[in-house]
Amino acid sequence: MKTIKLNINHQEVQVQAGLTILEACRSQGITIPTLCHLTECKPKGACRICVVEEEGKQNLVPSCVSEVKEGMRILTHSKRSLASRRMSLELILSNHRKDCLSCTRNLNCELQSLAQTLHVREDRFLGERTEGRYDDLSNGLVRDTSKCILCGRCVDACLNIQGLGVLTMMNRGFETRLGPVLDLSFKDVNCIECGQCVLHCPVGALSEKEEIHEVINALEDPKKFMIVQTAPAVRASLAEEFGAPMGTRITGKMVSALKQVGFDRVYDTNVAADLTILEEGHELLHRLENKGVLPLITSCSPGWINFLEKEYASLIPHVSSCKSPHMMFGAILKSHFAKVKGLDPKDIVVVSIMPCTAKKGEKERMTSEYKDVDHVLTTRECGRLIKLYGLDLMSMRDSEFDQDMFGTSSGAGVIFGVSGGVMEAALRTVVEKLTNKPLDKLEFKELRLIKDVKEADINVNGTLVKVAAVSTMKAAQPILMQIQEGTSPYTFIEIMACPGGCINGGGQSIYPCNHDLKTEDVIKLRAKALYAEDQDNTLRSSHLNPDILNLYRDFLGEPGSKIAHHHLHTHYSAKAALHLEFD
Amino acid sequence: MLEQRIHLALGSSSNQEAVLHQLNASLKKNRLDDRIQVYCHTLHDLQKPACGIYPERIFYENINENLMRLLVEVQLLNKTPLEQFQQLKLDQSLIERFDQWDKDRFFYKQTRIVLKNAGKINPEDIQEAIAMDAYQALVKALTSMTPQDVLDEITLSGLRGRGGGGFPTGRKWQVAHDQINDVKYVICNADEGDPGAFMDRSLLEGDPHAILEAMMIAGYAIGSKHGYIYVRAEYPVAVKRLEIAIHQAENIGLLGNNILNLGFDFSIEIRLGAGAFVCGEETALIASIEGQRGTPNPKPPYPSVQGLWGKPTIINNVETLANIPQILLKGHKWFRTMGTPSSPGTKVFALGGKIKQTGLIEVEMGLSLKEVIYDIGQGCEHNKKFKAMQTGGPSGGCITREDLDTALGFDELIQLGSMMGSGGMIVLDEDNCMVDVARFYLDFIVEESCGKCTPCRIGTKRLLEMLNKVTQGEGTLELLDEMEALAQYIKTSSLCGLGQTAPNPFLSTYHHFKDEYMRHVVDKKCDAKVCKALLEYTIQADLCKKCGLCARACPTYAISGTVGRDPFTIDPNLCIRCGACVLTCKFDAIKRQ
Repeated sequence: MKTIKLNINHQEVQVQAGLTILEACRSQGITIPTLCHLTECKPKGACRICVVEEEGKQNLVPSCVSEVKEGMRILTHSKRSLASRRMSLELILSNHRKDCLSCTRNLNCELQSLAQTLHVREDRFLGERTEGRYDDLSNGLVRDTSKCILCGRCVDACLNIQGLGVLTMMNRGFETRLGPVLDLSFKDVNCIECGQCVLHCPVGALSEKEEIHEVINALEDPKKFMIVQTAPAVRASLAEEFGAPMGTRITGKMVSALKQVGFDRVYDTNVAADLTILEEGHELLHRLENKGVLPLITSCSPGWINFLEKEYASLIPHVSSCKSPHMMFGAILKSHFAKVKGLDPKDIVVVSIMPCTAKKGEKERMTSEYKDVDHVLTTRECGRLIKLYGLDLMSMRDSEFDQDMFGTSSGAGVIFGVSGGVMEAALRTVVEKLTNKPLDKLEFKELRLIKDVKEADINVNGTLVKVAAVSTMKAAQPILMQIQEGTSPYTFIEIMACPGGCINGGGQSIYPCNHDLKTEDVIKLRAKALYAEDQDNTLRSSHLNPDILNLYRDFLGEPGSKIAHHHLHTHYSAKAALHLEFD
Repeated sequence: MLEQRIHLALGSSSNQEAVLHQLNASLKKNRLDDRIQVYCHTLHDLQKPACGIYPERIFYENINENLMRLLVEVQLLNKTPLEQFQQLKLDQSLIERFDQWDKDRFFYKQTRIVLKNAGKINPEDIQEAIAMDAYQALVKALTSMTPQDVLDEITLSGLRGRGGGGFPTGRKWQVAHDQINDVKYVICNADEGDPGAFMDRSLLEGDPHAILEAMMIAGYAIGSKHGYIYVRAEYPVAVKRLEIAIHQAENIGLLGNNILNLGFDFSIEIRLGAGAFVCGEETALIASIEGQRGTPNPKPPYPSVQGLWGKPTIINNVETLANIPQILLKGHKWFRTMGTPSSPGTKVFALGGKIKQTGLIEVEMGLSLKEVIYDIGQGCEHNKKFKAMQTGGPSGGCITREDLDTALGFDELIQLGSMMGSGGMIVLDEDNCMVDVARFYLDFIVEESCGKCTPCRIGTKRLLEMLNKVTQGEGTLELLDEMEALAQYIKTSSLCGLGQTAPNPFLSTYHHFKDEYMRHVVDKKCDAKVCKALLEYTIQADLCKKCGLCARACPTYAISGTVGRDPFTIDPNLCIRCGACVLTCKFDAIKRQ
């Protein structure tokens, strides 16, 4: 490896060639703050926070875009670079709403902490502020440009990570504003509400649409029977809201906390994940046996379903009609569970804790008289709820999920939270059913790689069946086009909207987008927690889950039955990707 | 301040040098040399040497070196006609000649290289262009030169980019040539956006074929087969003529595949800019052609290494390109005979502002600014006092009277804290308030900032707000310090050239006219009477005829008095400084200060 010698802050150092000054300094333990930089995307040098002084240059150098050169002399924290950095920050602050106390990102805001780091002590530049826009018309996302600092990280996340390009800059100069084309609402454009933009926003300009107040009101209502279910990925991230390291498994403490908050039942969505596998597995087997439309594509990710309906409606027949697990759970709770418990379904409030902002929109899909799920809280909102009730999550004792009717879930259900997990869970069931013998090995290594497209060839009675697990719409598009062209080699495809699956979902805990932690590491750390939980479970396959088998015996009949279809399946329809209304 | 001009018409036999020398010496001795410009014409058919003094149109005949001293001391200094010389009644034809010289001074000092065809040929007819040597240089390059020969010729000519930066064109081309890539692009930057500049426009409208030819030569030199002309949509005539030119060139095999059967392919497409000033910045221009938001990207990589669609790309300004065919045809030595060693050739300027003769001029580099203003431009309008000249558009700076002897050149202007820019030249006179001028240009920059980087997006806006405070009399000395710090920050921290030069309108005027800023801030006075908030209207009681007309004209009822009895007065708290009273008063009784 070629190395380069340079002088940073009067120290001779040797770094790898081709690094930027920013990376080189970080490798030497020198922190240069940034606002617009995203490790995964091409640096754009817009915020000018990372400027450093290079000897012999009149202008300051943006370290994020400047490569190291042999013999260069860099001062990262000279008086001039610090002054310039602070000036940039003060100017950004002068055009920022600064209502920190009532902002969703209070105490977890990069702008706020940078102001502290750079010792900003006064509001020096008072002047006009760019006219802001507030959009909370969509189900999942809120855009408040009065807080936007125009770093462009969301634009990068949407275009270069998710492959959509919903967000863009409008107007120019001081009037520049961020948002979907023509300043439309998220609901009227090709936004899939995946929430990746929220994860990458350093401030509170983009956030989930909070439902915490509705949940509190319901909790206070004595007539309501409160049921909460938690998605698998939440347990791998919730601890971060309480300062614990990434990937800390928090399942038992989370259950205790939710019980203390006042929910009548705390269930694991994993149970419904097992149910999903049986339904979806049945659908796949049915299509295989009856030469139905293949490849079959999973439908657990509401972001992906939004994308399907807006951009690839022609592929609707390929997509499993199964509702996503939490919606299935909600439907069962408001029908079978209500009947068994003698409850009026309208008094049951189902709250889902999800790593996802798109689930907030998904819950509005009605297939019966009652909403399957009443409220969806993101992992972040769940943290806020627990804090609101004065609970310190990390010091709580472990509890079990409620065992009442739906107490058992398999390891297959928990790995739903990782990209490739739904596929792996399905294969554990489907392959055993097809071959009529237990699998030698339950883990599918190819599906556990950290890649946006993962493929596996599965041997079923001597024939190789090709499957794929895809995350992000960017990676999904070529595969979807293959299907449209009729050249897809796959039989079964799992699609997840967020990179790495739900563990990196748009509703998860927001980690500072710093340069030491790459998305890859986030996926690795959080996935480890879920794989460990799978490993620890004695029950590893969905079709062996006794609670689910009981449910079929007592209520649904068999997978794919008419009653199962009524409660557990849904339908999709084409939607306009751009909705324009002219008066 | 030049006030007068003397035209000397010296016969061939007379002792011209002695006359000229004596005149100049006397002018200098009497400190008139910066007020009077001397022009010398050699007339071989003239029997007796003569001279004419303008603008008075006084003529003397039979002059010699001894009488020059008297001419200066008596006629020019004391404004008394020289009796003993008797104002000669010159031959009418000779007087006409003197008048003609004085009138033609606009063209007299110009050298037209790139504008040589503009206005002379029909730009919509390729045959007329060909009759004026169009495409000859291309033929020469394709038939008798290797690409490296072309590059060498351009490099040796010392041609520098006319778009603003002054980067050596040859070096830019060489870098692009040295890149190994099958696809390269040539872009002509015709996104001229400086207020008051129309150099590129005139070139494109007057001689479009020169641009096409130069682009093809560039393509041949660097190994590119495709060119784009990025022209602003606000130039419909230029676009139309370019389209016609491309069409005609394609029709006769001068553009397209296998040009002139010499195996060279080149095609040109037009891309219209949507009116963003920043798209003249090369990386923003590339982004715009690619269909993205026109915002600059950090350099390196430079476009000549990684440009349009990631391919090596050269971007040249219209005027730069217009020089190319001439250099190839006449050689780099010819080009070097014009201009200065560091800035060879000519430069086109759009001369405007408070000057008598405005218009498009092309002059050799090295000409002094004084010559441009007083010879070509013929001085300030209404004989007002010259104050400053703004060069280089909004990103440039102003040049004061003291620096008018500076020779035109890229490096020379930068040394003065201004820049060549694309060639805008705005003359300002005593009626211009320099704070207001800074505010005007900064307003333009705030409007045209792309909004990508913080210093330019918010910094310029805050600077403008502070400048507004100064013009409104709310300035303090601390504010001026803050402004200077902010301006320095914008200059050293912005992403692109536009941002880095954005605070120049303030920095330059503050540097040269600090006293004016002080007057605004300390005394709350605007001497040029431009900043309304600092004006004070008063009615001079002794001049007031108590007619009451002013009170009736006042929109805010700020004027009170009794008709025919008490003189009228203005309440400064109600006065909005609209000036309506001044226009109404028939007795000049209202004072504005």
